[in-house]
Amino acid sequence: MLQISAPLKKVLLILVITLVAVLIDLPKEINFFGRKFTRPDLELKLGRFEIKKNLDLTLGLDLAGGSHLVFETDTSKIPDDKRKTAIEGVRNVIEKRVNLFGVSEPTVQTSEFEGRKRVIVELPGVKDTQAAVSLIGKTAQLVFAETVEIPGKAGATPSATLILTDLTGADLKSADVVFDGETGKPAISIQFTPEGGEKFAKITERNVQKSLPIILDDTILSAPIVQEKITGASAQISGSFTLDEAKNLAIQLNAGALPVPIKLVEERTVGATLGAESIQKSVRAGLIGVGMVLIFMLLAYGRLGLVADSGLLIFGILTLAIYKLGGVVLTLPGIAGFLLSIGMAVDSNILIFERFKEERKIRPIPDALEISFGRAWDSIRDANVATIITSLVLMNPLNFSFLNSSGPVRGFAMTLLLGIIISLFTGIVVSRNLLRLFIKEKK
Amino acid sequence: MIDWMRYRLIYLAISLTVIGAGVFGLFTWGLSLGIDFTGGTILEYRLPDGGTKIIRSSLIDETKREEIKEEIVRFENVGPAIGPELIKKTVYALAISALAILLWIAYQFKSIKFGISATLATLHDSLVLLGSFSLLGHFAGAEVDFLFVTAMLTILSFSVHDTIVVYDRIRESQKKFGLRPGGAYGPEGGMLGLANWAVSETMVRSLNNSFTIIFMLVALVLLGGETVRWFAVALLIGTVSGTYSSPFVAVPILVTWDEIEKRFRVRK
Repeated sequence: MLQISAPLKKVLLILVITLVAVLIDLPKEINFFGRKFTRPDLELKLGRFEIKKNLDLTLGLDLAGGSHLVFETDTSKIPDDKRKTAIEGVRNVIEKRVNLFGVSEPTVQTSEFEGRKRVIVELPGVKDTQAAVSLIGKTAQLVFAETVEIPGKAGATPSATLILTDLTGADLKSADVVFDGETGKPAISIQFTPEGGEKFAKITERNVQKSLPIILDDTILSAPIVQEKITGASAQISGSFTLDEAKNLAIQLNAGALPVPIKLVEERTVGATLGAESIQKSVRAGLIGVGMVLIFMLLAYGRLGLVADSGLLIFGILTLAIYKLGGVVLTLPGIAGFLLSIGMAVDSNILIFERFKEERKIRPIPDALEISFGRAWDSIRDANVATIITSLVLMNPLNFSFLNSSGPVRGFAMTLLLGIIISLFTGIVVSRNLLRLFIKEKK
Repeated sequence: MIDWMRYRLIYLAISLTVIGAGVFGLFTWGLSLGIDFTGGTILEYRLPDGGTKIIRSSLIDETKREEIKEEIVRFENVGPAIGPELIKKTVYALAISALAILLWIAYQFKSIKFGISATLATLHDSLVLLGSFSLLGHFAGAEVDFLFVTAMLTILSFSVHDTIVVYDRIRESQKKFGLRPGGAYGPEGGMLGLANWAVSETMVRSLNNSFTIIFMLVALVLLGGETVRWFAVALLIGTVSGTYSSPFVAVPILVTWDEIEKRFRVRK
């Protein structure tokens, strides 16, 4: 009894872990937790997890739908030492704009490759990508200008030239969409900061009965005629906006202007329906593939195959649970990586079983088993290190700028890496203890 | 025991034929590059019957997008600057992975011979994959995109995976029995005998493991949908080539190298 208790204990422990993992894998976890589990120790564990994470699978843009946008910044006009802060500024402004646009859980990151500085924006669930692009991509540099008349030569009509003032979008406290009292059209009401208000008062004082053009990125939005000095630190821009344009402009003014111009260089948008189809197809492919692997192992190794199959099922359950706990973002290539790792997960078992077949001829079965595990371990370790190296290069966890950092590739590398590590555990620890139990009890 | 290494010339001929066909394809048709490399646009929209239609073109202007009234399910627009970058990043990634694996094997097996033979086998697999995609691109419309690049890196590790398992057998027996001729490994002894023995011992394992991977990949190719189909095909080709290249490329190179080295020593 004492002899078998060690592997039995381990098998029981594995079963408990698997059960916990099954619970985590369940889609609607909260309903089940309260009812089914009355044991305090387990609830405590789960409770701790619950605080940390919600247990939904995080789906990437290609599965949940959304837009992946890459903007390139044009830093040619600013000195080298200020570029870094400029890019950070771009990132912050975009982040503010996206948040004001009302996207849930956007990510905005900067990236660099050979001096090219980029900002990557991911917008899950966005339907109108074009609106988002025009909102993000616009520099939105607002400036007030004075008109100065140039006396024309005899006979020619007098022309006017614009002189930009120092009153810009940076002097704004806030901007809101309003409707013009007279025309009923959408307009932007702006509030200046105290400093901006003073500037505005001085400018209006200088320009009574003259036009005061308001310019956004080299376009005149409107050129109202100043009636009198304005001291209230507020003004209204009534161009010919549609409501959407006015809303976007208000967001842009509130978030501030981009420090440098940016340009869209890459866009990938996937609709939610296509993502749902992809999930369905992958799941079907996965189930059939797994079924074939399970049957193959049974046919090739008989009872041993059954042990490998149990190990494989435990592998699948644990892996899914770890995706959920670790917050792995699952992408379509990520699913492929997961399925691939299922195919590879039985490798350690196959290595050990083939070894076992040989060793069994010359030793008693329990010894043969232990020796097979020991001998196979060297090659399992060395072989898997090679795969781990490649998946780390693909994953690029340290964000080296000379390596890939695109989401789908990372998603694939991540699931492959986790798959290998977990399969080492299930292939060695789980099957070994299952086999020990199985073989010693038979004896 | 089968004298695997006796047929080295046949393996060489098979590899040369496959790679030759691929290289011919590469020179004649090149690779059919996707928008990730060339820049351009893919637009996929829903048809009334529930299916989807894909339009590919060079960089689309926004007006074309607005012309389509149906639900747009996928829109990808890649600027021309991205492709060259992807190529550079791929080359860096391949170089880093290959070098790291080479060093790891050389360290683990305490011989640069092992490392270089294994790396040459992965080069063989990469060429097979590139060549196959040139042919698949011409005859079946397979495109090379960033997922292909990922597949290429992944099969690098697959190929080495199998090779290491064979090497490990060589290493283990070398420790146990040494390299004495006329011993347990046939009349030749030495690396040749060891190699034959190791290949025989690992053949079933190697095939069985590849089968399980191939099952998963075939399921993905047939049922996984458009987006990952060619990715799965690339991995499939890599798996088959990787399984072949371990006993029939990496090990023969190792044995041949050893023989040349010995002759050189004898002459000295």
